[in-house]
Amino acid sequence: MKVEAKVLLGLGAFFGAMFIVYWHYSNEDAGGVMMFGGMLLGFLPGGYYYWWSRRMKARPEDNPYATQAQGAGVVGSFPGTSIWPFTLGVGCFFMVLALVFGIWLVIPAIALVFWALVGGTAEGRRGGKV
Amino acid sequence: MTDVLPRPVVHEEHDHEVVHEEHHARTGILNWMTSTDHKVIGMSYTVTSVIMMVIGGAFAEIIRAQLSSPNGTLVSLAQYNELFTMHGSVMIYLFAGPFAFGGLANIIVPLQIGAPDMAFPRLNALSYWLYLFGSLTMLSGFFTAGGAANFGWVAYAPLSNSLNTPGSGADLWIGGLLLTGFSAIFTGVNLCATIFYLRAPGMTMFRMPIFTWNMLVTAILILLAFPVLTAGLIMLYCDRHFGTHIFSVAGGGVPVLWQHIFWFWGHPEVYILALPFFGMVTEIIAVFSRKPVFGYKGMIFATLSIAALSLGVWAHHMYTTGVVLLPFFAIMSLMIAVPTGIKMFNWIGTMWRGQIWFSTAMLMAVGFLITFLIGGLTGIFLASPPLDFFTHDTYFVVAHFHSIVMALVLGAFGGLYYWGPKITGYMLNETYGKIQFWFLFIGTQVFTIPGYILGLDGMPRRVAIYPHDPQWQTLNQISTLGAILIGISTIVFVVNVAVSWKKHPAGDNPWDAHTLEWFTTSPPPHHNYYRLPQIRSERPTWDYNHPDHKTAGHGHHPQPQPDEVTVT
Repeated sequence: MKVEAKVLLGLGAFFGAMFIVYWHYSNEDAGGVMMFGGMLLGFLPGGYYYWWSRRMKARPEDNPYATQAQGAGVVGSFPGTSIWPFTLGVGCFFMVLALVFGIWLVIPAIALVFWALVGGTAEGRRGGKV
Repeated sequence: MTDVLPRPVVHEEHDHEVVHEEHHARTGILNWMTSTDHKVIGMSYTVTSVIMMVIGGAFAEIIRAQLSSPNGTLVSLAQYNELFTMHGSVMIYLFAGPFAFGGLANIIVPLQIGAPDMAFPRLNALSYWLYLFGSLTMLSGFFTAGGAANFGWVAYAPLSNSLNTPGSGADLWIGGLLLTGFSAIFTGVNLCATIFYLRAPGMTMFRMPIFTWNMLVTAILILLAFPVLTAGLIMLYCDRHFGTHIFSVAGGGVPVLWQHIFWFWGHPEVYILALPFFGMVTEIIAVFSRKPVFGYKGMIFATLSIAALSLGVWAHHMYTTGVVLLPFFAIMSLMIAVPTGIKMFNWIGTMWRGQIWFSTAMLMAVGFLITFLIGGLTGIFLASPPLDFFTHDTYFVVAHFHSIVMALVLGAFGGLYYWGPKITGYMLNETYGKIQFWFLFIGTQVFTIPGYILGLDGMPRRVAIYPHDPQWQTLNQISTLGAILIGISTIVFVVNVAVSWKKHPAGDNPWDAHTLEWFTTSPPPHHNYYRLPQIRSERPTWDYNHPDHKTAGHGHHPQPQPDEVTVT
């Protein structure tokens, strides 16, 4: 976890330094704001990982001498097949088409998005079909 | 039911009597639509993006045919504007990025780190559907009354406002980009989470293959850059339809703000496109030189510094606006040459004194190095403001970035020839592959080099007709010839896929490669691994297959040169 944290914190620090230099010398705001955002994107998750890395035991994947046996146990739970990503995708598709072909398309779009969100959440709770 | 996955079994000895879980891959369209397997989604991405490359390539051939004579009449001026806009948009938004981070990375990254799938498989599926529907949305502009978007792939304000570009083609372009933008962001989140949380035991960060490292950095860049573009597109849509004046002087807005927002996404995007291919080439060169990557950590720090610098160089696309901080952007842009030079040095260092095997993938990788060097060096000219003032908006710029992106195409085909056997389980024909390489490589140089001369001679970009000048006409015709050669190379690739379809089974590790993905079967089973080797270096599969030539720690690389190399 420490390496992940350092990568993000390092990038954030560099963006922060660039932000200060750019903000000071340029007469334009947008770039500075965007670099400040970049700094936050480095610092927020990076700081979180760093905070955690000091409070947890090294995971098997962070231990250069770990055996496969040390990683025994559950990796995680992975969904099987699911129709909801497709449904959600079609909903978003209709929503974008509504920008061009008429606002009425928003109705089926929202219906599909809502249906997919409910369906996907329910499936995540009870487990879908593999 | 949801799969609750145990870790793959421990494996120390060469025994293959492992009980495999039976997973019957169902076929049919419903299975494809509902699959959350990263390999199926990655394959869908790869096939879709290669189709997009063919579509974008067809646009390019029409453009080059139009330019082969000074007063070409193949297409009208309006159609020409649509063609070059959609050529750029399709190639950048719908081919190069999705091919790398949606296609190959989606398949290869979980395999390289020993993960059973991406961290969020359903989000991964959603990414693909958003990408597919976004592509359809953007291309459907051709079927509207006003035609497709025609303001260039950069959509500069005020050209892109509702007065100068009315019509729904432009709105469909914006909508399509919104969808593909979200698709990229979701893939970025997925890649980061997968790499941070799903590595196999012993796979520390500094043992991950360079391709995986580059994809991690690419994912971080996606998360930095794409939200800016999405926000900019929403502002542009509001300007076009809701009466806001964010980018128009009339209502107190700032047109150049669009350029800042666009290029704040657009320049990191260049590295989002390039870094995955750097990674592919690194893997290919190491395997086919039969050596570990030279300067493994240097490679990683070079990638990270390219990513860091890439956020501070956007306005080198805007020197001629006259309102940007020239010294800042010139220094930052020139500094990127340093980590890129380190990479170039390390690639050559990897090949140095290796036992080089000139397979198609290796030829493509070497072709990438040469073409990328041409594009990179001309990029250093353009990073210098005095030279850029002279060459901006000429064919010099067009030739420069086509050298870069054609290098990426060479890298993409290298990746397909290298990982194709792992993904499909069957080898691609090497003879056809080499024919394809020579057409593609020679075609690329014949296509781009006349552009540099034309640009220095003052030929502007984005023009459908140009003054009668024998030299310009000759150079344009040479360039068109190059485009035709590139087109032929794509046809050779399609023929190759047809010829080698399910002919020669690849086996687990046809190239005697290094990284973890070659440890599992080809194609990998559902959830990728039945067993994993102990991971003690960045080359676990090599260490397992060559116990006498194990990879030493960093800085102590012996020269592992086996007496003979078995190829199946």
